[in-house]
Parts: sequence; structure tokens; C-alpha cells
Amino acid sequence: MNKKTQYHLSLTDKKTAFLNGLRDGIPIGLGYLAVSFSLGITAKNAGLTAFQGFIVSFFCNASAGEYVGFTLIAAGATYLEMAIATLIANARYLLMSCAMSQRMQNETPLYHRLLMACDITDELFGIAVARPGYLNPYYTYGAVVIASPLWAAGTALGVVAGNVLPLRLVSALGVALYGMFIAIIIPPAKTNKIIAGIIIICFVLSYTAGHIPLISEFSDGTRTIILTVVISAAAAVLFPYNADESKEVTQ
Amino acid sequence: MKNNVYIYIFIMAAVTYAIRVLPLTLIRKQIKNRFIRSFLYYVPYVTLAVMTFPSILNATQSPYSGAAALIIGIAAAWFGFDLFKVALSCCGIVLIIELFQ
Repeated sequence: MNKKTQYHLSLTDKKTAFLNGLRDGIPIGLGYLAVSFSLGITAKNAGLTAFQGFIVSFFCNASAGEYVGFTLIAAGATYLEMAIATLIANARYLLMSCAMSQRMQNETPLYHRLLMACDITDELFGIAVARPGYLNPYYTYGAVVIASPLWAAGTALGVVAGNVLPLRLVSALGVALYGMFIAIIIPPAKTNKIIAGIIIICFVLSYTAGHIPLISEFSDGTRTIILTVVISAAAAVLFPYNADESKEVTQ
Repeated sequence: MKNNVYIYIFIMAAVTYAIRVLPLTLIRKQIKNRFIRSFLYYVPYVTLAVMTFPSILNATQSPYSGAAALIIGIAAAWFGFDLFKVALSCCGIVLIIELFQ
């Protein structure tokens, strides 16, 4: 219990932070429910059951990463391909985790770090780092407690109801996921011309890669990995990111 | 031979958790290497952009509604709508277009 006295978090602090987290987690959870529903349709197409969809979402909490995973399962990819694709598709969480590591109170016990890492997503990371001062684990827990079950439940619902809904509605819900991706990449492109340019280059190269002989033979997942590594590395060499602006990453 | 779905799921969960937990538990200092910082900074945008296009065109019944969703989504995000509303606008435009086809 020594750690708690060092760690300066009173019971009221914890409770207030937890309740604030719950409150902020509600809109995120509702958004998750809708988006993960469309992810569930992808899972269903890959041959997964509602239960399997639920556990993937419960344990992974990753939109793009799960989407890539489902397409690889559908394609019967190798386990190594799955590991690499998951690593690449979720690489941004590595960056977020790095950013969070810079905002942790030094004495924060290991078990808080282990738990806080479970659900680092764009939105939950965003609201956590938007708060001033050190990160409060209890705020994150409050938000996760509401958002994570909705994410998992939405995926299971998508698997179950995806084929009951009319084709037109499934088609409409299917773009929700892409809408989520767009909502993440466009706002920074508005203020950062380099990111805007890179997004255009990505679109062009991604389209081209699907039509070039040899490269088009690779699976979607592998093409995504190759393009991501090549374009990001080139961007890092040509436009090194200024460390002083690192606060912007947290958006 | 078909691979086991639960092994796939285990790999996905294990790799995803490792990515999230390692920096948070291991890094106690500022990252200095400029290339790694820059690379990590660009990766999220590049991955998501690559995955969005041209895949969004194949996600709908016709590529036209997919293209419309892309344009509406970019416009909505540009004008500051939050994540949920952007996703909803994309769904909405596809629903409307495919209603009249």
C-alpha cells in the first residue's frame, strides 16, 4: 500500500475521474456500436460466428486492425502474415502508447500501465490526453468500461443481423468503417499540407498497386503492409517530423 | 488445410496488446531518434489512407455510391464533424443513392 501514498490519488480523485470517464465514454461507445456493426458484417463474410466476432473485438479493440485480420482470415493467410499485418495496421497504437508513456506520473504502478494499455484507441487516447496534467488511470477505466462492451456487442450484432438486413442497408453500413478512417485522417490534413499530400499519394499508389502486375498478386493485407512501410519511411526521410510539434500527434 | 480461427484470434489479440503495452511499460524517457519519431508519426495516416481507397469503392453495391461516400466523408471531416457524424454521413449518402438505383 506504500505505492498508493506515493502515488497521490485520493479516493475522491479516483471516483470523480472514473465518473468523468464514464460520461465521456458514452458518445464514443455509441459511435463504436454503429461502426463495429459494419465490422461485424466483415467478420460474418470471413466466416466468423457472433461469439468469435465478440471475442475478437473484446480483446483487440481495433477498427482497422480487426478489419485487416478478418480479410486475412477470409483469405486463409498464414499465421505469420496475420502477425505482421496486425502489427502494421495497429502501428499507430504504438505511437499513442509512446505518447502516453511521456504523460504518465513516474510512480504509476505497473498494473495501471498494463490495464491502461488494453484499450488504447484513437478516440479513447484522444480524450485521455486532451485532459491536462498526468494521465489518470481511473478516467481511462471509466471510458473503457462503457465503450469496450459496446464495441464488442456491435460486432456480434453485425455478424448476427448483417444478413437479415436488406442488401442496401448492409451496403450503407459497410462504409461506416471507412467513414471512421476518413474522420481520423482528414482533420490533421486540413492544417498540415504534408499529411494532405501524403494522403493523396497514398490513394494514388494504393489504386495503382492493385493494377500493377506482380504487386497486384499480393493479398490486400500484404499490399497495405508494403505500401505503409514504403510511404511512411519515404515521408520520414523527406519530411522529418519536428519533435517540437509532437503535441499535435495527440489530436 | 484451413487454419484455426482461434489461433488467428489469439495472434491478433496478442500482437495488438503487445503494441499497446510495451511502450507504456518500457519507455520512461523521451524518444530521440528523428527517423523513428517521423516514421511512427506518419504510419497511422498512411495505413488508413491506403486501406480506405480504393477499397471504399468495392464496399457498396455500385462504385458510384462508394465514391460519393468518400467525397461526403472527406467534406464532413473537413468541416469539423466528429467521427460518429462522418461515419453516419457516409452511410446516409450510400443509402440515398442506392435507394434510387
